[in-house]
Amino acid sequence: MDCVVDSNVKVSRKSKEEKKVFKKQLKASHTLLRHEGISTASQPTKSLVVANGGLGNGVSREELSSVLKEMGEVEALVMPPHKPYAFVTYRSEESARKAHIHLNGQKLQSGENSVMLYLSYINSVSQEEEASVPLPDGLVLLEDFVSPEEEALLLAAIDWSSADNDVTAQKALKHRRVKHYGFEFRYDNNNVDKDKPLPAGLPVACLAVLQRCVSERHIDMMPDQLTVNQYESGQGIPPHVDTHSAFEDTIMSLSLGSKTVMDFRHPDGRCVPVVLPGRSLLVMKGESRYLWTHGITPRKFDMVPARDPQSPAQTATDPGTQSQLTLSKRGTRTSFTFRKIRHKPCRCAFPSACDSQGAPPAPSPPSPPALPSCHSDAARLEEEYVHRVYEAIAPHFSSTRHSPWPRVCHFLSSLPPGGVLADVGCGNGKYLAVNPEVTAVGCDRSAALVQICAERGFHAFVSDALNVPLRTASCDACISIAVIHHFSTEERRLEAVKELVRLLKPGGRALIYVWAFEQEYNKQKSKYLKDFKKEHHGKSSPTVNAPEESQEPHGKSPCHASTHSEESNEPTQDVHAAAGKLSVHTNRTAFNTQDLLVPWHLKAGKKQDGGESRDGEKKRERKEKSEETRGQTCSNDATLRSDSKTGPSLSSSSAVKSESENGAAPVFHRFYHVFQQGELEQLCGLVAGAKVQSSYHDQGNWCVVLEKH
Amino acid sequence: MKLLTHNMLTSHVKGVTKGYPLLIKATEVKVNEVDFNPQFVSRMIPKLEWSALIQAADELGQRQDLPGELVPEYEKNEDFLKKVHRVLLEVEVIEGCLQCPESGREFPISKGIPNMLLNEDES
Repeated sequence: MDCVVDSNVKVSRKSKEEKKVFKKQLKASHTLLRHEGISTASQPTKSLVVANGGLGNGVSREELSSVLKEMGEVEALVMPPHKPYAFVTYRSEESARKAHIHLNGQKLQSGENSVMLYLSYINSVSQEEEASVPLPDGLVLLEDFVSPEEEALLLAAIDWSSADNDVTAQKALKHRRVKHYGFEFRYDNNNVDKDKPLPAGLPVACLAVLQRCVSERHIDMMPDQLTVNQYESGQGIPPHVDTHSAFEDTIMSLSLGSKTVMDFRHPDGRCVPVVLPGRSLLVMKGESRYLWTHGITPRKFDMVPARDPQSPAQTATDPGTQSQLTLSKRGTRTSFTFRKIRHKPCRCAFPSACDSQGAPPAPSPPSPPALPSCHSDAARLEEEYVHRVYEAIAPHFSSTRHSPWPRVCHFLSSLPPGGVLADVGCGNGKYLAVNPEVTAVGCDRSAALVQICAERGFHAFVSDALNVPLRTASCDACISIAVIHHFSTEERRLEAVKELVRLLKPGGRALIYVWAFEQEYNKQKSKYLKDFKKEHHGKSSPTVNAPEESQEPHGKSPCHASTHSEESNEPTQDVHAAAGKLSVHTNRTAFNTQDLLVPWHLKAGKKQDGGESRDGEKKRERKEKSEETRGQTCSNDATLRSDSKTGPSLSSSSAVKSESENGAAPVFHRFYHVFQQGELEQLCGLVAGAKVQSSYHDQGNWCVVLEKH
Repeated sequence: MKLLTHNMLTSHVKGVTKGYPLLIKATEVKVNEVDFNPQFVSRMIPKLEWSALIQAADELGQRQDLPGELVPEYEKNEDFLKKVHRVLLEVEVIEGCLQCPESGREFPISKGIPNMLLNEDES
C-alpha cells in the first residue's frame, strides 16, 4: 500500500486504528451510494465509482483525472453535476484493479481541502444525456474577441481610484466595483440623465474595439455609454433586464480577466447558463436583450464544460447539459458593458417587459422584509406575507387545490366512525368531506377561503392556528396540512403544534404536513420540481398529490418582471444582495434557504388551462363552483385595486404584490419556513403530552403523525 | 354556523376561564333541510355538550320539546334523533354574533361564518 502514486495523493502505512476507521467509512460510503441508486459490483470490473471525488465535493475534473491517469489509460471519466462522486472507466480491468488498490482510502488534495477517496467496482456507468438547450434568441458569444494585449490596455485604462468617490454607486453597490463613462447611470430610477453627459467620453482605449464591433456589424451605431463592473470571486449581480427606455436594442458586454457563468432566464422559467470566457464579447439583441433576464449568481466556483486540450473549439455555452463538466474557480472579472442611449420611447415587441410600453419598472416585492426577531414582528410579517396574500388569492388558490393527497386521505379514512376531526388551516375544505363517517370542522385564517367551505356546506369558521376556539380535548383527530410552515419563528411553529395537541382527546392523533427544504428525496424529485419540466413542454400538470405549493402550469418566474439595468442592485433573487432580508424563491426550483418568500402569480382571467385533467367528479363539481366564485372575487379585487382611496389594509397589502407583465397578473409573495429533514419531528418532540407515532416524506413535504398520551 | 359547530366552539380570549358555551345573538336564522342519517346523529350525541346544545336551541327558539337531560336508549328513538338532527344540522345562524359569557367579547357571524379572530392584545 505504501508506494508513492502521485504527488497529489498522500500514501502512508495505516495503523490498526486507522484501518478500523477506514472500514467504517467504506461501509458508510457504500450506504451512501445505495441511497443514490448506485449498486457496486463485488468482482473487479473496468469501471469504478469514486466516492468523494465529485464536483459536489469541490474536486475538479483536472485534479481527479491526473490521479486516475497514473493508474492506466482512462476511457471515460463522468462527473455528474453537484454530486459527491464520479465514475471512471479504464481501458483494462487491470488498470481499474490498480486504481482500486492504490487510490481507495487515499487522500486527494483539492485546492486547499483534501478529500478521502473511496473506490468501488461497478458494472456499468449510466450516463444521462440531457437535451441541449439553445441560446436565447438574439444572443451571440464571440470568443477571443480581444487579444491579451488589448485586454491589458483596456484594464489599464480604468482608473478605479476616482470611482471610489462615487457616492451613489457606493451606496447601492456593496458587491462589486462600478464605473460609468459617457453617461452616469442612476440607481434610484435605473435610468440615465440623457441631458447630462459626463465630461469625459468613453476611454480612448475602447475605440479600436468598438470600431471593430461596428465594422463587423455586431452593433449598428457607435455606443455612447460604458459601464465597467469589477467582480471579485464570490460576487454577482441579481437577474435583471436592462431598462428598455434607457438604452437602444444592442448591448455588448466584453469580459476581461477570469471567466464566469451568466444565467439567462426567460419569463416562462427556462434558464440558460452561458459561460463567458475572458476576452469574449457577448452581444445581446432582440429577445435576449428585451425579455430574458441576465444575472450572475454570487459564488466562487462555476460548473463549466471541461475543455479537451486537443479540441479547443468546443462550444463553451450551456454547462448544464454537457456531460464533461468540471469546476472553474472564479477570479477577478471585469466587464465592459457598451450601450447606446435611447432618445425615443422603446417600441420593442416585448411590451410585458417594456417600461416605455407601460410595464411597471420595479420588481416585487419592493423591499423584502427581514426575518422577524420578536413576536410582534413575526405577527406583522405573517399578516402581510401570509394572511393578506391568501385573502387576495383565495379563489385562484382554491381552484388549484381540488385534489386531496392520497396519504392524507388514507389517514382520514382510518379514523373511527363517529369521530370528531378538526382541520386547522382547512383552506377550501378539500379534506372536510373525505370521510363522511366523521364530523369534520375546519378553520382557516382566510375568511375568503372559509367562505368557499361554507358554500360547499362544510362546518367552518375563521380562526388563527395559534389560538383555535375549540374545546380542549374535543377532537379525535386533527390535521394541519401545509400550515405550520407559514409561521415565521420556531416559537410560533411550536405553539401551533401545541395548540393541535390541546384539541386532541387522549389517544387522539394529529397529522401534520409541512413543505420540505429537500425537494429531492431518495433520488426522487418532488412533483413540485418535476412539474417545472412539464411546464416547459407545455404538457398539462397532474395535480393529484401535487405539493401544496404546486403552482398552476405556466406559472411565471418572478425575475422577468424586473426591468432594471445591470447596475440595479434590487435584491430580487439575490440572497446576498441584501443581508438579513428574505429572498424570493424561483417557483419550481430547489430551495436554497429555509426562510423565504414564494411568489404566487395570480390568474386574473377565468381561462383555465388543462392542468386539472385528473379531477374526479366531485372535485370537478367543486372546481366549477370555485371558478364561479373566482370570477366574482377577482373583479372585486380589480375594482379595489384601481380605487385610489382604498383602505389602509389594502394599500399596504399592495406592498406584497407587484403587477408584472402588462399589469394583468399580479404577483404575491407568501412567507415560508421550509423544514429540513428531522426538524418537524424535533419540533413535535418539544411538545409535552404527545409523541411522534410515525413520520415520512411525501412529495416534497415532511409529515408527522402525533399521538396524544 | 350550525349548532354542531357552536357546540364545539369556545371563547379563547386571554384570561377567560369560563368561555363556554358562547351566547348566540342571531339576527338571521335559516332552517335548511338536510338528509337524515340516524346512525351519524346517534354517534354524534355522546360527543356533544348536551346542555350547551339545549341552551343554544332555546336561544334560537328551536328547542322543540327536547329534554334538558339526555334520554336513555336514544339511539333507538328515531323521533328524538330527528329532533337532534334538526337542531344540530338544519338550523343555521346566518347573521348575528357569538358572545363570550365571561368577557362579553362579541364575535361576528356573517354569511353563516363565525369570525373568531382575536386582536393581538386578546390572545
